[in-house]
Amino acid sequence: MDKLICKCGHENPPGTVLCESCGRPLNEQEQNKKLADMRYEGTARRSQTYNKSIIDKIWNFFSSVKVGVGIIIVLLIAAALGTILPQKQYVPATTDAAIEAYYTDIYGSVGTVYHALGFHDLYNSFWFIGLVGMLAISLIIASLDRFVPLYKSLKNQRVLRHSSFMRKQRILAEGPGDADTLKKAEEKLTDLKYKVSTDKNGLLAEKGRFSRWGPYVNHIGLIIFLFGVMLRMMPGFYVDETLWIREGETRAIPDAPGYVLESKGFTLETYTGEGEEEKFGEAIDRVGTVAKNYQTDVVLYKIPEGALPGDTADMEMVEEHAIRVNQPFKFDGYALYQMDFQQDELKTMSFALQNKETGESRGDLTIDLVNPETNYELEDGSVVELLGYYPDFSGFENGEPQTATPLPKNPGFLVKMTTPDTPDGETSFITIQNTVEPLGDNDYKLAFQGVETRDASGLTVRKDRTLPILGLGGLIFMIGVAQGMYFNHRRFWIQQQADGSILLAGHTNKNWFGLKKDLDQVTDHASLPAYRDQQEDMEAQEKREGEQLT
Amino acid sequence: MSTEKKRNKKKNRTIMRSVILLLLVAAIGYTIYNSVTADEVEVLRVGDAAPDFTLTDLDGETHKLSDYKGQGVFLNFWGTWCEPCIKEMPAMASQYDVYEDQGVQILAVNIAQSNFEVETFARQYGLDFPIVIDRDKSVMTAYNIRPLPTTMLVNPQGEIQRIVTGEMTEQDIAGFMEEIKPE
Repeated sequence: MDKLICKCGHENPPGTVLCESCGRPLNEQEQNKKLADMRYEGTARRSQTYNKSIIDKIWNFFSSVKVGVGIIIVLLIAAALGTILPQKQYVPATTDAAIEAYYTDIYGSVGTVYHALGFHDLYNSFWFIGLVGMLAISLIIASLDRFVPLYKSLKNQRVLRHSSFMRKQRILAEGPGDADTLKKAEEKLTDLKYKVSTDKNGLLAEKGRFSRWGPYVNHIGLIIFLFGVMLRMMPGFYVDETLWIREGETRAIPDAPGYVLESKGFTLETYTGEGEEEKFGEAIDRVGTVAKNYQTDVVLYKIPEGALPGDTADMEMVEEHAIRVNQPFKFDGYALYQMDFQQDELKTMSFALQNKETGESRGDLTIDLVNPETNYELEDGSVVELLGYYPDFSGFENGEPQTATPLPKNPGFLVKMTTPDTPDGETSFITIQNTVEPLGDNDYKLAFQGVETRDASGLTVRKDRTLPILGLGGLIFMIGVAQGMYFNHRRFWIQQQADGSILLAGHTNKNWFGLKKDLDQVTDHASLPAYRDQQEDMEAQEKREGEQLT
Repeated sequence: MSTEKKRNKKKNRTIMRSVILLLLVAAIGYTIYNSVTADEVEVLRVGDAAPDFTLTDLDGETHKLSDYKGQGVFLNFWGTWCEPCIKEMPAMASQYDVYEDQGVQILAVNIAQSNFEVETFARQYGLDFPIVIDRDKSVMTAYNIRPLPTTMLVNPQGEIQRIVTGEMTEQDIAGFMEEIKPE
């Protein structure tokens, strides 16, 4: 494409609508318009200018606002579809295969397709991230393509514009003027905080140009925000893990290298309805129990610098802390939240070694279900030897007792009981409410006496190093919005012709009412000719024509 | 404007646009790569250095991973409640007899169970390779182990050669040990 040479002699880049120098319309379409298209000051959007190499073609694709809006619509539809079936974290399955099977089992072929397309984990599916990335590219390229020419054009704008440019502005005034009209107008406009520049017989008054950068600042904010979201996927920036810890346990904190947590105990308090809480009595009677406090008392340890995982000998205590709902324990960028609990898990079981016939006891023993011992010595040289322990007994396989989980939910014990009466020992397999005597009838049994329980706390481990970036992005976004919304870029061009008559044009990117108010004051002060609003005139005329037709 | 100037401008434009597009595409590509691989093992990938640790075995002996540099280490995470773990143990024991002399070490890391359970189990299956207990799950956390069994094959340079989740046959085990055998 060739340069467009204006009548005034200025060379404009191809695609320009209004001459960069004098403002004359450069194509027939623009010449026939009653009002000039002032978006981007009539400059050529750069992508429209060149369209040769493959790079240019890609660039042009992303430069289009239509493409940007299209991507947003596709994202919206995808996000909406993602809410139709539950996301994978709300599905009662943990392994990938089980999750896949779940969608097929519950939702049939729809579920299979849903899973195959990645809708079950939408925000992590490659095509969704790809689309968000394309939106980011579109934001950056579309902004660059518009901002650069607009910036150049406003920076290099001339004071004197061709009369055809001025007559195509919405606010227009023509009429006789005095010798000091321009001077007085300049006075008043400066008074109104306009920046005034003059050239020969004309002046240009401008105010609030920075309002034109609002959309671009806004986009910078969005890009920073998206960058923050992208960082979340990088290791070390974002942690959201669950830690189940039981009373008395010491556990490494997931994704918090070097930190170890010990649970001292879990407390669930309820309102009693007595004393000061008497006023809640009625409510408590109505709904039963009402929780007052969920709390886990913990001790935080740190493994010394240079020590390896598993080397807990030199752990240093950092802090004791009570974690309550909405009162997380914060340390070194991490936060531990009280999220869940499990009460009354078995901790120990007590038995009495009894003679089945006489009921005579040889003494009691307590088995620690978390860390059982092998031998339990009782009175008169009686011994109970633990041969096998199955914390969550789930049946036999090839004659071997199995455990389903490492948690003592349904403990099973294989024991050998030796007493002075039965010196060879008797073998028994004991589970809750059931005893099997695999090697024949026994004289002795372990009679269940009682249990001790403990609670488990479900904690959430959170770290989010991207929050400041997201905050910054949000702030810049809002600054951009305010900049574009609450400030206006107002301009007046005034020229005094050789015969003393005045030609005035006004333009603003928004809030024409405010522009007119400014102009009213200037007109008063400098006795300018009365102005008219060409767009309102046009609308009024169209209305009249419409009325005539009906 | 002269044609040469014009050509230069065009060249610069193409370079500029290519660089911007390349940077953006690289950022998106990296994000997608991270999110797709994060599902499996969040921190560790094949080729990474295996995080060092020290754990104590049933005899009270300390095992430090870096002490086995120069040997292949077959690092198996397991628990007595995990069926496939139990099934592959005897196969591991018999391949250990073959490869121990060729410089492959097995470390079986039990996940936070009691001495009693682990000892009984080892005795029952006649396991003679070192079994260490990760009492506070710190090694499990460092290796980001999710499903059991998971086996990390560490080569003589101390790098992760392969990550195996799920049950292995005796043939698999022999093949893996061959992979990490020192030259």
